[in-house]
Amino acid sequence: MTERDVLSDYILHLADNSMILGQRCAEWCGHGPVLEQDIALTNIALDLIGEARSLYHYAADIKGGSATEDSEAFLRDVLQYRNCLLTEQPNTDWAYTIVRQFFYDTFHYHLHKQLSESSDARLKEIALKTIKESTYHLKWSSEWMIRLGDGTEVSKNKMQTAINDLWEYTGEFFIPSETETKALEMGIGADLSKIAPLWRSKVEEVMEEATLTIPASNYHQKGGKKGLHSEHLGYILAEMQYLQRAYPGAEW
Amino acid sequence: MEINLEEQFQEKIDQEIKIEPRDWMPEKYRKTLLRQISQHAHSEIVGMLPEGNWITRAPNLRRKVALLAKVQDEAGHGLYLYSAAETLGMSRDEMLAELHSGKAKYSSIFNYPTLTWADMGAIGWLVDGAAIMNQVPLCRTSYGPYARAMVRVCKEESFHQRQGYEIMLTLSKGTAEQKALAQDALNRWWWPSIMMFGPNDDKSPNSAQSMKWKIKRFSNDELRQKFVDVTVSQAEILGLTIPDKDLKWNEARGHYDFGTINWDEFNEVVAGNGPCNKQRLKARVDAWEKGTWVREAAIAFAEKRAKRNNNSTEAA
Repeated sequence: MTERDVLSDYILHLADNSMILGQRCAEWCGHGPVLEQDIALTNIALDLIGEARSLYHYAADIKGGSATEDSEAFLRDVLQYRNCLLTEQPNTDWAYTIVRQFFYDTFHYHLHKQLSESSDARLKEIALKTIKESTYHLKWSSEWMIRLGDGTEVSKNKMQTAINDLWEYTGEFFIPSETETKALEMGIGADLSKIAPLWRSKVEEVMEEATLTIPASNYHQKGGKKGLHSEHLGYILAEMQYLQRAYPGAEW
Repeated sequence: MEINLEEQFQEKIDQEIKIEPRDWMPEKYRKTLLRQISQHAHSEIVGMLPEGNWITRAPNLRRKVALLAKVQDEAGHGLYLYSAAETLGMSRDEMLAELHSGKAKYSSIFNYPTLTWADMGAIGWLVDGAAIMNQVPLCRTSYGPYARAMVRVCKEESFHQRQGYEIMLTLSKGTAEQKALAQDALNRWWWPSIMMFGPNDDKSPNSAQSMKWKIKRFSNDELRQKFVDVTVSQAEILGLTIPDKDLKWNEARGHYDFGTINWDEFNEVVAGNGPCNKQRLKARVDAWEKGTWVREAAIAFAEKRAKRNNNSTEAA
């Protein structure tokens, strides 16, 4: 891989994470448990998709030719998508949505803290903007973790079930792909080994206040970063990319 | 004494002084407004569904973000309007219960399905366009909280309408397939859009009282005519044909004449027999019921926290 390929692949990995989670959050729009939270989750979806757009745009500029933010998002298939498995897991209910969001936000926040010191100026600029948004997301999802964990028996059980189910998708954040290792060596990427303890400590802190239990299992699913996804991603992309695939080359 | 109060009330209205929540008002004025504002709020919330249907399938990222933000704006409009209605003495939860039971109505236009992406254009252009015609005069309506809510709503609505028109423009300048999608959407949304202004004036019994109270400032037919007049030239720019063979300029009236509205269809949709009435209501009821445990937990947590804070204050 040339340095240019590493950079482009690394940027796409970052973009795909926020794109796919943004698409999942957007599925909630109009169906939230209360109007204010419908609006809040849509804000998060807008931030995530906005971040993905900046990154896709950058990746397209690196690739050159006819590449655009839309060709990156809409014309790559499952095997080319680089998002972590957690982001593509279904909404299921408000508990799964909050737990997924909290696990991601904690990672996302610390990731961009590091990327704000990247030697790549454009990535650094995107990271600085993302931190501001991500700080708010993490505050929102942490509060919901605590509120629902320490709410009623019903909410506590639902949260614990979601945690138990989604836990196995959190380890993938910290297992570096070949691209991530090279990006770190080049000084553009984040050091995942430094993020892991920060992630763990925030998760412990919030889960304790939420009276929720961290699962003992250390087994983690992986593969998303190299295009080996869960079955969910195919459906997400089928829906998301349908118009671009059905009417190739049309302007919208 | 009642008569005096009513006279004073009408005098204020006539002098264009806004009625505020603590002011005396006739019970029928309060009820009329409560019905109208809550229906309007419900329309915003139910109106999120037909467009929300296309968020995950928007054709590019720019359109996806714009649509998501638009549907979010509608949620915001719902919030302002529920708050305005609450000043008349009914809680948001009570209003929602009336929506969910089928007792409260919402705009019938949202009982039509969104079949293609072009519907996102047609809804913005026609449905939001018709809504603006109705809503701009409401910025001057006699009830203060409603008028103020409508000022905010109207600003965003006109932005939505331009966005919708721009989708139609892009499609009509696109491939033959895209232009056909645009024409099809216009065919399906035209008549329901002009029905949005409600029954003809001679069939609208409450209008006179609402006009006297300056809740309404123009009649249904006046607003409908205004909408048709401005929309014809917009369709011409798009190169699309409005599906009404009787549509033609009437020099003497200075307006477009248009065909007879199929009021049987309108009445059927109002009565609950439109193509999506059941689905729209079910989606709202499902969201509410699936959210019950979330709302209950939030309340339980807030109570626990308040108690803990109290205890720690007492301990200190």
